Amino acid sequence: MSTVSTSFGDAAIMLRRNFKHTVRNPVTVFQAVLFPVVMMLMFVYVFGGAFKVTGEYIDYAVPGLTVMAITYGLGPTAAAVNGDMTKGINNRFKAMDVSHGAVLAGYVVSTTVRSLIADAVIVGVGFAMGFRPHASFLQWLAVIGLMLLLAFATSWLTVAMGLAAKTVESAGMATVPLIMLPFLSSAFVPADTMGTGVRQFAEYQPFTPIIETLRGLLSGGHPSTGDAFTAVAWCVGFTLVGYVWAIATFRKRA
Amino acid sequence: MKSSAIAVSGLRKAYGDKVVLDGIDFEVAAGSVFSMLGPNGAGKTTTVNVLTTLMKADAGTVRVAGHDVVTGIKEVRAVIGVTGQFAAVDELLSGRENLRLMADLKRVRSGDQVVGRLLERFDLAQSADKMAATYSGGMRRKLDLAMTLVGNPRIIFLDEPTTGLDPRSRRAMWGIVRELVADGTTIFLTTQYLDEADQLADRIAVLDQGRLVAQGTPEQLKRQVPGTHVRLRFAGLRELDAAAGALPGSTRDDQELTLRVPSNGDSKSLRALLDKLDEHTITADAFSVHTPDLDDVFFALTGHATQAADTTHEAHTTHATTEAIAE
Repeated sequence: MSTVSTSFGDAAIMLRRNFKHTVRNPVTVFQAVLFPVVMMLMFVYVFGGAFKVTGEYIDYAVPGLTVMAITYGLGPTAAAVNGDMTKGINNRFKAMDVSHGAVLAGYVVSTTVRSLIADAVIVGVGFAMGFRPHASFLQWLAVIGLMLLLAFATSWLTVAMGLAAKTVESAGMATVPLIMLPFLSSAFVPADTMGTGVRQFAEYQPFTPIIETLRGLLSGGHPSTGDAFTAVAWCVGFTLVGYVWAIATFRKRA
Repeated sequence: MKSSAIAVSGLRKAYGDKVVLDGIDFEVAAGSVFSMLGPNGAGKTTTVNVLTTLMKADAGTVRVAGHDVVTGIKEVRAVIGVTGQFAAVDELLSGRENLRLMADLKRVRSGDQVVGRLLERFDLAQSADKMAATYSGGMRRKLDLAMTLVGNPRIIFLDEPTTGLDPRSRRAMWGIVRELVADGTTIFLTTQYLDEADQLADRIAVLDQGRLVAQGTPEQLKRQVPGTHVRLRFAGLRELDAAAGALPGSTRDDQELTLRVPSNGDSKSLRALLDKLDEHTITADAFSVHTPDLDDVFFALTGHATQAADTTHEAHTTHATTEAIAE
């Protein structure tokens, strides 16, 4: 068997394992899928009325909520990756000569798929709550593409953090900044309603252009090219950093 | 050398300033059990990690099944099985699924049968479909070892396979190791227990602070260890002084206020010892008869007790003795 097909075979085996983990761990399902829905209900029915946005609040909030649903799912991944590392499971795979890429791809793909499911749930519940996007078929494809890219990028970063962390707890904590960033972006309120310092931060942090691009696409309008470019650039950057960091850490740590 | 399953020479490894392995050499004959005996922090796990390709050494050569662990990683990995110090089982998978995962990754043909046989052999068939998270410590260790055996590795590394197990599980684990050897497998095993090494090993190497302080068959090693002795504990230094004077050939420990007196442990010699104390009107607070254990082996070979491996300032003072005895 060639090395490439062995690696793909290994990756498929690892992926199956990680999917089993996801469905068997109620905490993961809750944190990655149900919690974002709870947040959506809170924002739309509790806080939303007080926020001044153009149009319906749910139409404003869904793009940000899809991003938040992606980041909320990262905590369980970091913890699971770290558990495999610190409990010797990854050493077992290494000593069996399972390709490193296969182990890491197993984490990344399963996290990405779980994030997309969480996003599908957010959009679905959103529709039930009155979300009315005006995106064309192509714009929907672009939305899904950007969600996929963001989920993939943050998964790599999270896998790297999970591998590098000393303990399961600190691995979970490492993803907190990624979870907090959407709150300090234009996800729930427009950035220009924020205080000066926070506003500047919100304007330049990675999630704002991503959310603005999603919002533009879903409203059926044209998102700014600048935002779209910045959004993709951030995602590619996250992916590269995460990938290099993850591979190096996995190789080094026994 | 064809007959060596493992050949190690000049192996060194340090983490920053802390030297963990300070030039160790040994060979393991194919089809034998080699036990590395040492306290926590002696460098046992580091040795296993280097030998199993998980960690690179700073210096020295290591050949496993004739392949260099640096240049022949793939070849080495193809013939070894590793059971780490902590049961590396996937807790969210059942016992059967854990084994199946190994069979799939090793591309074992007729995996179901292999898995079924291992479950039977390790007495795990009844809990095969329960998640490993619900298993007891002993069951996890058994599952861990069963996972290592998938694909029939020729050389198996067991890092403290019985630490934390109850006596019954420990005996079960010993039985499994003996079966493996009977099948011609080579086993490299680390342990903190002399009796375990004695029970299982063809050869024992004693590791202390990164150096091998002794190597040989269990018999050779035990010959270097004082036999049965009597340990006396006293209320104060004055009594200890008096007793040490009265009992030539004894070894004193001023901190513990104890005196160890060589003795064959029979009633006659014990009576003679007690009579001697009476003669000098010395009273011992405690009196016990000891058969040699790891502490004694260590004391005999290194001149310090096993705990010293963890305290670095003591390490310097004891190193000279270590070297002298290693000569």
